[in-house]
Amino acid sequence: MSAVPAFTPASRDPARSFQDMILTLHDFWSAEGQCVILQPYDMRMGAGTFHTATTLRALGPEPWNAAFVQPCRRPTDGRYGENPNRLQHYYQYQVILKPSPGDIQELYLRSLAAIGIDPLAHDIRFVEDDWESPTLGAWGLGWEVWCDGMEVTQFTYFQQMGGFDCKPVAGELTYGLERLAMYIQGVDNVYDLAFNSAGVSYGEVFLENERQMSKWNFEVANTEALFDLFAKAEAECRNALSAGVPIAAYEQAIEASHVFNLLQARGVISVQERASYMARVRDLARSSCEAYAEKMSPEWQTKYPGWSLV
Amino acid sequence: MADFLLELRCEEIPARMQAGARAELEKLFRRELEAAGVKHDNLRIWSTPRRLALIAYDLPAATEAVSEEAKGPPEGAPDAAVDGFCKKNGVTRDQLELRDVKGRMTWFAVIEQPGRPMAEVLAEAIPAIIRDFSWPKSMRWGAASISTDSLRWVRPLSGIVALLDGEVVEVEVGGIRSGRETMGHRFHHEGPITIGSADDYAEKLRACHVIVDHEERARLIREGAASVAAKAGLTLVADEGLVIENAGLTEYPVPLLGRFDEAFLDVPPEVIQLTARVNQKYFVCEDAEGKLANAFICTANIAAKDPAVVVDGNRKVLAARLSDARFFWEQDQKKTLRQHAKGLERITFHEKLGTVAQRHERFVSLADDFQGELADAVPDAREAAALLKADLVTEMVGEFPELQGGMGGYYAQAEGLRAPVVAAIRDHYKPAGQADELPIGDAATLTALIDKVDALVGFFGADMKPTGSKDPFALRRAALGVIRIITERHLRLSLERLFDAAAQLYRNQGIEVANASTDLLDFFADRLKVQQREAGVRHDLIDAVFALGGEDDLVRLLARVHALQAFVGTEDGANLLAGYKRAANILKKEDWRGPEGEIARTGEEDPLALVDDPDLAPVIAAKMAERHAAATQLSYTPEPAEKALIDALAVAAPRAAEAVQTERFADAMAALATLRAPIDRFFEEVTVNAAEAEKRAARLALLARFRDAVHRVADFSRIEG
Repeated sequence: MSAVPAFTPASRDPARSFQDMILTLHDFWSAEGQCVILQPYDMRMGAGTFHTATTLRALGPEPWNAAFVQPCRRPTDGRYGENPNRLQHYYQYQVILKPSPGDIQELYLRSLAAIGIDPLAHDIRFVEDDWESPTLGAWGLGWEVWCDGMEVTQFTYFQQMGGFDCKPVAGELTYGLERLAMYIQGVDNVYDLAFNSAGVSYGEVFLENERQMSKWNFEVANTEALFDLFAKAEAECRNALSAGVPIAAYEQAIEASHVFNLLQARGVISVQERASYMARVRDLARSSCEAYAEKMSPEWQTKYPGWSLV
Repeated sequence: MADFLLELRCEEIPARMQAGARAELEKLFRRELEAAGVKHDNLRIWSTPRRLALIAYDLPAATEAVSEEAKGPPEGAPDAAVDGFCKKNGVTRDQLELRDVKGRMTWFAVIEQPGRPMAEVLAEAIPAIIRDFSWPKSMRWGAASISTDSLRWVRPLSGIVALLDGEVVEVEVGGIRSGRETMGHRFHHEGPITIGSADDYAEKLRACHVIVDHEERARLIREGAASVAAKAGLTLVADEGLVIENAGLTEYPVPLLGRFDEAFLDVPPEVIQLTARVNQKYFVCEDAEGKLANAFICTANIAAKDPAVVVDGNRKVLAARLSDARFFWEQDQKKTLRQHAKGLERITFHEKLGTVAQRHERFVSLADDFQGELADAVPDAREAAALLKADLVTEMVGEFPELQGGMGGYYAQAEGLRAPVVAAIRDHYKPAGQADELPIGDAATLTALIDKVDALVGFFGADMKPTGSKDPFALRRAALGVIRIITERHLRLSLERLFDAAAQLYRNQGIEVANASTDLLDFFADRLKVQQREAGVRHDLIDAVFALGGEDDLVRLLARVHALQAFVGTEDGANLLAGYKRAANILKKEDWRGPEGEIARTGEEDPLALVDDPDLAPVIAAKMAERHAAATQLSYTPEPAEKALIDALAVAAPRAAEAVQTERFADAMAALATLRAPIDRFFEEVTVNAAEAEKRAARLALLARFRDAVHRVADFSRIEG
């Protein structure tokens, strides 16, 4: 006989709990988008788009539907916990649907309804905003989605990734989770967000983190060590490329990109040097994407006769 | 006669592309009709963010039948030739006719093109229109995009309604089949709407919260915004660009007024307006005194359950944006403009032309140099000159580049600089075109000139002149600005001296710039012609004065051109011009080179004429004057008409020359006018090409003197007519 009582999940309360909002999005995309629900990539990165589930999986002919939360690090956006809506660490919710389904806009709007945004109570708008990442050799067309004038999601149809045409095109949704939650919960300060329904606030989870990390990003981080890290990541990326393991190379490109952002926050890269560092990061990321696409191409072509990378 | 409705539905079309898309749809539809030989002129084109619609009224039921004839080979030509002709024209041999062509029997094919039903023409036209449609940016989407050949559209195309006289025109493009069903408002209406025909299209959509006519939506926004402002006791700040943009973002526009925290009004009004407009597409309002009010108007795309909720959401977003703006405003003021200006040492003006900080140094020196009317403003201009571009490195201008100059003015004012210095910083980009206002005050006039001249001299000197449609450094606008300031303020200055001084300042900094004064003056002449055309000044007259050379004072030049234009419009002027041209033609035909030329031909060349020694110049001049005097001493008795011209010229030539010298251009023209009757009479009564060499030479010399006298006023050979 079982002494353990059965577990019945409580119903979600996305309008009053940050984590319930996330769990609701997981529920939604798992059921309605047939998405794999992934966990965050375990590396520091500036945007969810850097996750291999987005960049690398946008390449090639195979269908791919995924949803995940990705913590984003933007060292220069740190405000020592003093700004009500700027953070050096925050969350994005990413959905990638390949090929882009015909009803992707309707799916997206239903996901908003699921977390409590009624489109007849709030003014939802699709406002032109094309996306481009020279670092990834990627671009797409789409919109920023406005809710009563606030940008809550970036909506993009990827046209190119790593310099290659997307065949087929993937639709990418990036929700700004904190903003969305602030809106839904009706709070003006991110630290006042209810993280869960048991009284834990976002501030309790992250405020001290923001203070310390802002200080480290701007004042403490050893710049010599950072320059060294950059050089090592760059070298390791090349090493991995020459060894034919482009996913590993791509990770080092991400690493180099983040270290560069830290160096920027420390203010030790001059305007002239900046362009050259950016070009180096771009070269690493693009080379990795290219190598990945080229390595995978034979397999893709076998599964999809007639398909070609270029 | 039948009406045709075409609706192309897709995901949200960027607002800025909708006007172009309507024009493109019209162009392609007309192209298709013309190709089918249908003359048609009654079209309506509409757009919303989610659809492009076209209605063609009164289309014929079918195209007209056409009969065409083709001439083939003659009778008896080889079989291969005749068969080839048949194949080319799609007929069989027994359909050919023999006809007599100039006595030779020749095969003809008569091709009857029957009229085609309009539905068939449209069924071919629609896919062609969609495939050939040109968008500023287009994309692929969906499963079909596994091939790069898949259909492209601005955003995914989702539906086609094609109804001719209420019947569906069957087409399929990119996997989308045409039909009679469309969608209403994204949120106000669920499920498809069935359209009966072109007649009920707009009204059926209206019933489903879609106002398909973009102009009607624009009107609703324009009037609705004005009305909500009025209800709040305010006046809308009209912004037609914003009206059109919001009309392109909505299918059911509802302007709503909200208020923001009054404390934000400390920030300059331009900043608030830009923040509201650029970032949020909101209108702003003014109060009864014409001051910016703490109100915004957003345009919702729904009839909201509770408009206050939508307004409140927008208010929060605007508040966050204004907080950022206020942060910049306060942050920027923690440094003086002079401290900001230090940051310009890192900012490159152009890789060949040094840094912006170096521009400041040149501005100061150039300001120091100014004489004439603006001399009194030099100290103020000099102070401003070192700060003109300081705002480029402020946070605010980084955020809103269009506030350059204006922000510098605000910061200058905030740190307590004197009003003329503030104006000289604020207005130095003015005028930004033909319609913009001039800088206010002498110091601002000076800084506005300096900024533009420095850029013109630098870019011309580094060989980066505008070419064709390419003018990346806006040099045409800069030149126009200089022209407007000088001519409208009647500033007397030598452009060439200014150009040379500016170029020297570059060189003093070790920046190599070539001497481009001549090119610049030509460039200014061109810009002046374009600019003066609007004022009704003839370009050939500007040429006629510029061609004299050495004129780089635009005020004097225009005064001369105006006098000239008045003169050539009179009967005397027109006749004198004719006389001038006749004289010039004769001199050209006779290859007249003046007394010197004649001397050369007679072998009595004066060796001194070749000597370039400056010390000898007066000696040579005296000698030549003697010669010229000799040429006017006639060895024969002149005919009365000849005498009359000689006498008239003796009076008019010095009078005209003196009038030009003293800038009395109307008097110069009046002096020339006295030559009209004598020159006419001369040509009537006197034979220039007399048999006697002496007479001929003297008369040619007389004509040359006449030509030269006229020429000192303007180069009449450049004048048209």
